[in-house]
Amino acid sequence: MKRTPGLDARAGMDRLARYPFHVLSWVGDDGYPMNVAVAAAVDPESLTATFESPAGLALPMDREFGLTGSHIRPQPGYGYDERRHVTVWGRVTAPEGQLELRGERAWGWDEQEVPFFEYSERSIGQSRRYFDALSAERGTPVKPRLSLGWLTLRATRLPFLSATIIPVLLGIVIAASQGFFDLPSALLTIIGAAFVQLGLNVANDVFDTTQGADDANVTPTKYSGGSRVIQYGLVSFRRMVTIAVGFYAAAAVVGLVLLVLRGSPALLAIGIVGFVVSIGYTAPPLKLVYRGLGEIAVAVGFGPLMLLGAYVVQTAGSISWEPVVASIPIALLVALILYVNEIPDRRGDARAGKRTLPVRFSRDAVLLGWDATVVAAYAVVIGGVLAGFLPITALLVLLTIPIARRVHDGLRPNYDSPYTLMAVMAVNIQLHLVVGLLLLAAYGVVLVANAVSPGLPLFLR
Amino acid sequence: MGQLPDPVEELLDLALVGELTVVGGDGRPITYPLIPLYDGERIYLTSSTLFSRKLEHIRANPKVALSLSDPVALGGRTDRATIQGDAEVIDEDPHGGWERLLPIWEAKEPSIVAFLKQRVALPLFFERALIAITPRRVAYWGTGEASEVPTVTAVGGAA
Repeated sequence: MKRTPGLDARAGMDRLARYPFHVLSWVGDDGYPMNVAVAAAVDPESLTATFESPAGLALPMDREFGLTGSHIRPQPGYGYDERRHVTVWGRVTAPEGQLELRGERAWGWDEQEVPFFEYSERSIGQSRRYFDALSAERGTPVKPRLSLGWLTLRATRLPFLSATIIPVLLGIVIAASQGFFDLPSALLTIIGAAFVQLGLNVANDVFDTTQGADDANVTPTKYSGGSRVIQYGLVSFRRMVTIAVGFYAAAAVVGLVLLVLRGSPALLAIGIVGFVVSIGYTAPPLKLVYRGLGEIAVAVGFGPLMLLGAYVVQTAGSISWEPVVASIPIALLVALILYVNEIPDRRGDARAGKRTLPVRFSRDAVLLGWDATVVAAYAVVIGGVLAGFLPITALLVLLTIPIARRVHDGLRPNYDSPYTLMAVMAVNIQLHLVVGLLLLAAYGVVLVANAVSPGLPLFLR
Repeated sequence: MGQLPDPVEELLDLALVGELTVVGGDGRPITYPLIPLYDGERIYLTSSTLFSRKLEHIRANPKVALSLSDPVALGGRTDRATIQGDAEVIDEDPHGGWERLLPIWEAKEPSIVAFLKQRVALPLFFERALIAITPRRVAYWGTGEASEVPTVTAVGGAA
């Protein structure tokens, strides 16, 4: 993989021809480089650039020269954009009075071809080498840094905790609407579930690193491609392993306490399945996400398991259809978060053998899959209300259809552009969050109605 | 002001981008577009560790040249200058040592401050070294044309 975009002499000359002037550079006999602006006539066909010899300067004709084109567009109040540059190297001769550089090799960057963020990602190996050299020179480790707060946020991907909080709160609230509520175990459930997700997030980085997926990804975004703290040298691999184990251990302790306090065979079963799904998401031998099963794992884990787990803690083991049905739209929408976030990763994932659904299927198939899944999520809510499993107020969820529409409209035109797709990914995450909040609001109404006006027919049954 | 000819200092203050040429390991000139920052004595440029090959080249051979030549990046000025000098890489603290130049940088690229506040998004970009150039010789083209013999000024006792 190339760290910087490579060019051959012909492509370099092609680009050089587009610049209005050029900077000729060479290394003088005194050892200093010299550069001077010239107006060169570039002929890419013959790989030559001809120009007048700069007056008053001695040009050593026995060595290589560089000819550089550089461009920016000033943006007052901001700085500049449209950065691009190219250099072609070659020998210079003076065949007919004018000087002629014959291009032999080239190098350059154009941010419209390789966006700045991708260019930066392609260069992290250079940064690592620089810090290694600095460490060797000083005899002590020199590493890039981030403040503890930012580092924690980045390494654990803390903002994604909404994927856990929503189903757990929903499980608690549904149980409460049925008359079951225990505050200490509710708080412990939220904390334990959060530990599971944080462990999963960190373990995901560990196993994606061991399997090469994060290294192969040169277009990570705010929402995809992992935390990259290992790749950036911000946290060591070993420390990330320790952190993941720590989160899982903390989750296990909370789980055991809950089993003691509110134990039931259902809770034990949910805990075991949840642990296996969480670890097996990226870890061998299961590595579900590498087999195209990531969406199912995420749907099960952040849908029924989280929601039912929270519910059975409150009910001390009894299960009903209501939380199962309520978990399905949440499960489908959280799976769609992963599904969309995998789109910009698909080239790197393919290189690393991570056969996610966007790696396996065409763009049209992936987009159709998104549409079908989101329609299924709404259909389950409507069906759940009509069948009497969900309260009528759950139809509030339909208010999010315009959000879903925005994702639908944004996916196709931005499918191949990781950085413009980011805004669509954000709306897709928002869709899950708002649906979750509206379902919580729906049950909030049920709770209030139960208190104020018991018997109010909020279910069609 | 400082030790450079007045019009060259004006160009340095204006320049959004200059072309820094360093000597590569194989003796070739390698040119990088960078923002020049001038404090009246030395010329500073900064480089992320992401793009630190130039720093390695300068450590191996500190002789450099900086061209101020693009009228678009020079606020429409058409005169041009090249400054040859000795460069030093300052990287005791790549995380924050370079921030002392932030006010001069911000004056040319205001967005950098907002970008820095989001350093969590691209942390390695803000792990940076300074390149401090002590000028030795300046070539100045009043017309901006290479057909004109430049006015050459030795700086700081250089021959």
